[in-house]
Amino acid sequence: MNRPITIVISALGGQGGGVLTNWLVALAEKCDYFAQSTSVPGVAQRTGATIYYLEMFPKGRAVNNNMPVMALMPMAGDVDLVVAAELMEAGRAVQRQFVTPDKTTLLASTHRVYSIAEKMAMGDGTGDSETVITMAGQAAQEFIAFDMENLAAEMNCVISSIMFGAIAGSGRLPFSREKFEDAIRAEGKMVEANLKGFDAGYRAAQKPYNHKEETKAHTGEITGTANTPEATALIKRINALPEQAREFSYAGAKKLLDYQDIDYAAQYLTILEKFASQDKADYDLTRELSRYLALWMAFDDVIKVADIKTRSERVRAYREEVRAEKDQIVSMVEYMHPRLEEIIGSMPLGMANWVRKSPMLTWFFKKFTGPRLTDTTKIMPFLMLYFMASLKPLRRKTERFCQEYIHITDWLDRIRDVMVEDYDLAVEVIRCQRLIKGYGDTHARGLSNFKAIMAVIDDRGQVQADRVRNLRNAALADDEGESLKQELVA
Amino acid sequence: MAERSFAKEVKKLRLGSGQTFHGEGILAVTKGLLQSGVAYVGGYQGSPVSHLMDVLADGQEILEELGVHFEANGSEATAAAMLSASISYPLRAAVTWKSTVGTNVASDALSNLASAGVIGGTVIIIGEDYGEGASIMQERSHAFAMKSQMWLINPRPNLPKMVDMLEKSFQLSEASNTPLFFQMRIRACHLHGQFEAKDNVPPRFTVRDALDNPNREADKIILPPFTFLHEKHKIEQRWPAAVKYIVDHGLNEIFDGPEKDIGIIFEGGLYNVVIRALQMMGLADSLGETQVPLYVMNVTYPLVDGELTAFARTKKAVLMVEEGQPNYIEQSLNKIFNDGELTCKISGKDVLPPSGEYTGQVMKDGIADFLKKYQPDLLPDDVRDNTTVVDLSELDRAIPARPPGLCTGCPERPFFAAMKMLEKEYGEIHISADIGCNSFGTLPPFQIGNTIMGYGLGAASSSAFSSVRGKRAISIMGDGGFWHNGLTSGIGSAVYNNSDNVFIIVDNGYAAATGGQYIPSSARTLKQDERKARIQDAVQGVGVKWVRTMRSYDIAPVKSLVCEAMTSKFIGPKVIVIEGECMLNRQRREKPIMVQNIKSGRRETKARFYVEAETCTGDHACIRLSGCPSLTIKSSEDILREDPVAYVDNSCVGCGVCGDNAHVAVLCPSFSRAELVFNPNPWDRLKHSLRQAVIGFLQRRADRKRMRVML
Repeated sequence: MNRPITIVISALGGQGGGVLTNWLVALAEKCDYFAQSTSVPGVAQRTGATIYYLEMFPKGRAVNNNMPVMALMPMAGDVDLVVAAELMEAGRAVQRQFVTPDKTTLLASTHRVYSIAEKMAMGDGTGDSETVITMAGQAAQEFIAFDMENLAAEMNCVISSIMFGAIAGSGRLPFSREKFEDAIRAEGKMVEANLKGFDAGYRAAQKPYNHKEETKAHTGEITGTANTPEATALIKRINALPEQAREFSYAGAKKLLDYQDIDYAAQYLTILEKFASQDKADYDLTRELSRYLALWMAFDDVIKVADIKTRSERVRAYREEVRAEKDQIVSMVEYMHPRLEEIIGSMPLGMANWVRKSPMLTWFFKKFTGPRLTDTTKIMPFLMLYFMASLKPLRRKTERFCQEYIHITDWLDRIRDVMVEDYDLAVEVIRCQRLIKGYGDTHARGLSNFKAIMAVIDDRGQVQADRVRNLRNAALADDEGESLKQELVA
Repeated sequence: MAERSFAKEVKKLRLGSGQTFHGEGILAVTKGLLQSGVAYVGGYQGSPVSHLMDVLADGQEILEELGVHFEANGSEATAAAMLSASISYPLRAAVTWKSTVGTNVASDALSNLASAGVIGGTVIIIGEDYGEGASIMQERSHAFAMKSQMWLINPRPNLPKMVDMLEKSFQLSEASNTPLFFQMRIRACHLHGQFEAKDNVPPRFTVRDALDNPNREADKIILPPFTFLHEKHKIEQRWPAAVKYIVDHGLNEIFDGPEKDIGIIFEGGLYNVVIRALQMMGLADSLGETQVPLYVMNVTYPLVDGELTAFARTKKAVLMVEEGQPNYIEQSLNKIFNDGELTCKISGKDVLPPSGEYTGQVMKDGIADFLKKYQPDLLPDDVRDNTTVVDLSELDRAIPARPPGLCTGCPERPFFAAMKMLEKEYGEIHISADIGCNSFGTLPPFQIGNTIMGYGLGAASSSAFSSVRGKRAISIMGDGGFWHNGLTSGIGSAVYNNSDNVFIIVDNGYAAATGGQYIPSSARTLKQDERKARIQDAVQGVGVKWVRTMRSYDIAPVKSLVCEAMTSKFIGPKVIVIEGECMLNRQRREKPIMVQNIKSGRRETKARFYVEAETCTGDHACIRLSGCPSLTIKSSEDILREDPVAYVDNSCVGCGVCGDNAHVAVLCPSFSRAELVFNPNPWDRLKHSLRQAVIGFLQRRADRKRMRVML
C-alpha cells in the first residue's frame, strides 16, 4: 500500500522528545521525503507525557510534487515505529493499540519515572514492570528495549540522542546512518555529546531485548566473611537453618551485628532456631520471621541514626550520589528534628524516669529538641553525633530498647500461640511487622495500626489469614487510617 | 521571558516569495498575518496558542519594521475590545486566544463588535482546546459564532491551506463587514510542515493613520436604535455577502469520486483523518484521491445552502462529520435538505459518537457503519479490527496513571504543603481554587481545592460564603489570574461586600502555566522597583485593610500566617500574597550564570538534596507532602526491606522544600542538603583540611572497630 512511514514518540517533559522530533523531520526532509510532525503537549512541562506523531512520505512517489495527505494523529494498528522514553509510556502505547505485531517496531527505555500515585503509596505502589515488558514483547513485531536513561548517564549525554541512535540502529527507517548523524551536525548544538550518545544508542539497539531471568532466592550454603571464631560459629548456625531462610537470616544477622554486636546477632539466631525447629516445609514461617525479626530488632533509634550519619562509607556513597568531584568540598547538612521522647528514650530506664519526673531536667533536655540543621562535615556537630553513636554499648539499657523488647516478645509469643492451630495466620502475624516503621508520628501511627490488628487476632477465636492480610493492606492504603477503620468494622 | 524562545524561528517571518517556509503551524499563521497586511495584533496566551503570543512577542522587531502594532493584552476581553479599532477604520486586525474559555471571557466585547460590524478585516485565531491534550471543559466555539453572527473558518490542516485561508479570511471579513473566528485545533498549532512563502505586506492603513484622521460613525455605537439596525444589517446584507464571497472564491472544496450515490460532508479540520480512515478501508490513497465524494467545509459557519444541496441532490445518503456536541451542522443540514426537497438521507451522530474527539479509529468505525447502512458493497471484506494481541485489561492493571504536577523546585509546592499540614491541624476548609499552575494543587498529593470556576475567578468563587462569621473559606488565585480579572471580580467585590474570607494570591512572577509570559507584576530582573504594578498595592488600592506577604518557601511561617488569617478577629477580606519566583524561569536565568562563573574560576556553591536510604523506612510521608519530580523512589538495597525507599535524583535544584517538610511535619532524619563548593578559596581549603583531619581520624577509628568482627 502506498502509505507513509508513521512514527509515534512518547516522552516525558524534559526528555527531549521535541528535539528528537526535529532531528527526524530534518533527516527526512534532507533525504527527499515530505515530513510532517505534530504533538499534543498538554501540560508536558509539568511532568505529563507528550505524544509526538510523525509521518514521512517519499517525494518521488508524489504526483506533480503535490503533498500527500498526512494524518495528524496515529491510528490504532497503523504505526511503524513507536519510541517510548519510559517503560510505562511504552505500555501506554501498547494500551492505545499503536503497537501491533504485523508492523510495529517498539523501541523502549526500560527505566522507570514513577508517577505520583506510585511514589506516595505507603508501601510499594509501583506499577507492574514485568507485565508491561512481557506484553510489549508480545504486541510488537520487533521489541528493542534497554535502559536508555542509564546509558545516557554513562555517556554523559541527553536521552534524546540515545533514542535517535536507537532508531537508526533499529534499521526501521530507510535512511543511512550517515544521514542521521548529519541531522545532528546540522542542528549544531552539543554535536560531540550527541554523536557519542547516538553511537551508544545505535549499538544498544542491535541487541534484541534480553529478558533477565528472575533472580532466584539464594538457597545454597552461606560462606560469609567471618573473621573470628564466634562469627564462624554464627555462620554455621545460619547454615543449619532451613535453606529457604538462609539468605534473609544471614542478612539479618549481619544487620544486627552492625546495629549492635555479635551477641545481639546470636540472640536473633537463637529465636529463629526455636521457631525453625517447630516449622515445616516450605519453612515460610522461618523465612518471613528471619526478615521481619531482624528489621524490628534493628529499630530506628537515635544511636542508629547518629551511627549511620558519621560513617566513612556513608560519606563515600553520599559524595558519589551528589556527583562530587574527587577532593571537592561538600557540606552535608542534615535535617534533624530530635523530640523529647527520642532523647529520653535513649537514656537508661532509671534516668529516663527521673528526667520525666523532673520539670527542670525536662526543661534542660527540651533545649536539644526541635528542628535543627547539622552539618556533619563540621567538627562540633560531627563530635556530637559521634558521641551519640558511641553510646551503642549502653543501648540494651535504654528505655526505648526496653519498650521495643516488650513489643517484640509479645509479638513472638502471639506467633507461637497462633502457629499451633493456624500456620498461615501465624505467617500473616509476622508480616504485620511491616506496618511498624518510620519515626515520630509515622512510627506511632504504624504501631497503633499494628496493635489494632493484633487486638483483632486476640479478641476473636476464628480469624483467617486472609482477614489479617486485608487488614494489613488497609492499614497501608492511607495515612488517615480511614481504610483500616472501614476494614475493621467489615 | 517566555519559556520557549522563538528568537531563531522568527527569522523565517522574513521569507519572501519564491522561498519555502518550513516550520510550525503557529509560526506559519503569523507569517500569513504579515502577508495579509495586518495593522495590529494582540491576544492572551493559553494552550494551544500560547506560542502564538510568544512568536509575536519575539517577532516585535519585524512587526515594527512593517508598522504593525503588537499588544500583549491583559485578558481576552481586552483583546476583543481592542478590535474596536477596526469598526470605523480600514485596519486589518488579528488577535488570538484559547477557546472556548477565552471566547467566553471576550464575549461581551465580541457581541458588540459583531453587532457594529467592521470595515477592516478582523480575524480572531482561536486555539480550540478540544480532545486529547485539552485542559478545559469540552465545548464548541461553534455556538458563539452562530449566536453573534460571526463566521467560523476551520481550514484543512496543512500549512499551505491554513495560510491561504487566513489571507482569504481577511477578505471575507471585509467583504461581509463581519469579524470572524479562525479555528485551529491543538495538533494544527503544533504541526510542522512547509508552504511557499509570499512577501510581507505592510498595512495599507496603520493605527497611526487612524489617530491622525479620527473618524466617528454614530450609527456604529451599540445603542438603540442602531442595535436594531445592526441586527437587520447582519441578516440582510452581511450574511448574504459572506455566502457570496465563499461561493465566488471557492472557500469550501469538493473532492469528487466515482461512488456518486453517497458522500461525506465534514469540517475542514477533519480532512486528514477522514482521508486516512478511507485509506485504511481502501477507499482513498495517500495523495487524497478518493472513491467517495467529499464536501469539505473550510467555512463551517455560515453554511452555503446552495453548495450543500447541489452536492447531495442526486445522492442516496451523506455522512455529516462534525466533532463535539450539539450537532448544529447536522441539524441545519436536515432543514436545508428539507427546504430543497432532497431525498438524500443524512447520517451523523447516529453512526459516530455524540461526544469526544474523532480519532482515526473512531472515524474509521463511523464511516464503516455509514457504509454498512447505505452502501455495504463498498465495505472491504476485512475491516481490520484492533490488531492488538495482548490482554488489555491486564495492562490496565499494570500501568499507573500519570497526572501532571508542579515542576521540580516549584515555589507553589511549599505553599500547598503548608496548606495540607494546616488542614491536618485545623480541620478541613472549603477552598476555591483557580486556573494556572496552582490548579495542580487540587491533584495528588495535595488535593487542595473544592472548585475551579475560571481564570481569576478563585476569589469570586467563595462569595457565597462571604458573610458567614466563624469558620472561613479560602480562595486561592495565581498572579496571572489576579491581573486577568481577579482584582475586580474577586477582591474588589469582597471589599464591597465586606467578605470575611481569606484570599491567597500565589505570586510566581509570571503567567507561568502558559509558558512564563510577563504580567503587570513581573520584573525582568526581579527588582521590586522594576515591577510595573504590585499586587499588594493593588489590593490596598481597592480597599483591603488586612494584607500580608510571605515567602512561599518558609513553610512553617506560611502555615501560621494562614492559620492567623483563619482565626483573626479582623472582620473583612484578608489577603495573603505568597511570593516565590517560578523555578523554571529562575533556573533559566541563573543556571547559565552559575555555569559561566564556575568556568571562569569564581567561587560558587550548588545545593541539592540527598535521602539517607538506610534511615528511610519507605513510608513516603515526605512524598505525600511534596510530589516533587526529583523526589522519587528506588528499590531498597537492603533485601530485608520490601518497600522502596525515597530517593532524590540529579534533577534536584536544591530548593529545600523536602527538608523543610521533614522539619515542619516532623518526619524523619533522612534528608540532607549537599552543598558542593566550586573553586574554593584558601580559607575554604584550610577549614576543610582541619575538619577532615579530625573527622577522618575518628571515622577510621570507628571503621577499624567495626572490622574486628565480621560475618
